[in-house]
Amino acid sequence: MSQPQPAPRILYCRCAYAQVVPAEVKDAVLDGLARAEVAFEMVPDLCEMAARRDPHLAELARGDGPLTIAACWPRAVEGLFSLADAPLPRAGVRIVNMRTDAAPAILDELLGADRPTGDAS
Amino acid sequence: MIASPPLPPRVVVYEGRGSTPFDPGERSRLLAGLLDRGYSVVRAGAGRAEAGAATAFIVLGCFGGAPPEVGDAAGRDVAVCDITGRSADEAIALVEQRRDGRPMNRPDAAGPGQWKPWFPVIDLARCTNCMQCLSFCLFDVYGVAADHTLRVENPANCKVNCPACSRVCPEVAIMFPKYHAGPIDGGPVSESDVQREKMKVDISALLGGDIYSRLRERSAEAKQRFSRERSADQALAERRRCLTKLADAAAIPREVLDALPSPEEIQRRTEEAARRAEAARVAQGARAAQGSTPAGTT
Repeated sequence: MSQPQPAPRILYCRCAYAQVVPAEVKDAVLDGLARAEVAFEMVPDLCEMAARRDPHLAELARGDGPLTIAACWPRAVEGLFSLADAPLPRAGVRIVNMRTDAAPAILDELLGADRPTGDAS
Repeated sequence: MIASPPLPPRVVVYEGRGSTPFDPGERSRLLAGLLDRGYSVVRAGAGRAEAGAATAFIVLGCFGGAPPEVGDAAGRDVAVCDITGRSADEAIALVEQRRDGRPMNRPDAAGPGQWKPWFPVIDLARCTNCMQCLSFCLFDVYGVAADHTLRVENPANCKVNCPACSRVCPEVAIMFPKYHAGPIDGGPVSESDVQREKMKVDISALLGGDIYSRLRERSAEAKQRFSRERSADQALAERRRCLTKLADAAAIPREVLDALPSPEEIQRRTEEAARRAEAARVAQGARAAQGSTPAGTT
């Protein structure tokens, strides 16, 4: 008998200390997540956590189940986790870029079939 | 690592059994408001949520006047707040009250104890551990890890909005995620980016080693001129011209250049950094040689 698959995890970064992620994108993504029936985690700023070497980054990197991170450039996000001594695994992690992508496409990546229809994004 | 206050409490927005769901609009405002004040948040109840490494939790839920008794097996501080009938702003005010004024870094505040997270991030897939950045940085941001590789040791020492060290990296391996443009912001690196950076390093070498030796020369020239001409104004103007050129060439903010230590201190720090970089390179070489020794010969 096969083991049940661990639930997918979602991490949203608000990039609260800078204006490099378009406000309308990060607001629409957060609103879309908030309106969906999913559990998810939110952090004010991955950069700030990485500089503090926040142990929660290691927990996120090690945790069970596929992880999708809504933040910025994948190269930067991977570097931040490494800086915090919490390198992301090669498999099971997707990073979507709120600096460059549109909110509907990001929500599709994050929620897939869980995305409610007629949401605010 | 930054010298930071203790981790702020993590907020759990709970909508599971025993509570009624929030209004979707208020939920959205509540989450955004908490994040913009520096709190990490977990939305729980509609699936799985990790307890996390936080030492304290504040649980928000619409419990209809009967908040549950909650204990934590790990002995962490858990506060349960019933926010039935409260707006997002009122719920946020309750969280602030529960935090009890304990210090935390905040995006919505400025002043002493507050820090904008600006520091270099290394793309390990590109970095060759050449240690040019370690030699270049005067503020001890970089260090050497136990395995003799480059490490960002003191991110809080970095000068906000200064990406100068990324300009001396020949591999375009240094990112500042809060920078406004690529590839320094972590965006894709093109072949032309790499060629441009290599060319800059070559020009720097042709100019006489590094940017700081040029700065020292200019400072010495200015001193000589000052003693000849006895004109403080001219010396100051010369220094300004030199700093403006550097600021333009390496995108160094003016206030960083103005805050540079004396030429003698720059020299001392540069020599110290160069020593550390050289020691790391020697250790890397020794390790590589060890690794290439044929099995059974040691």
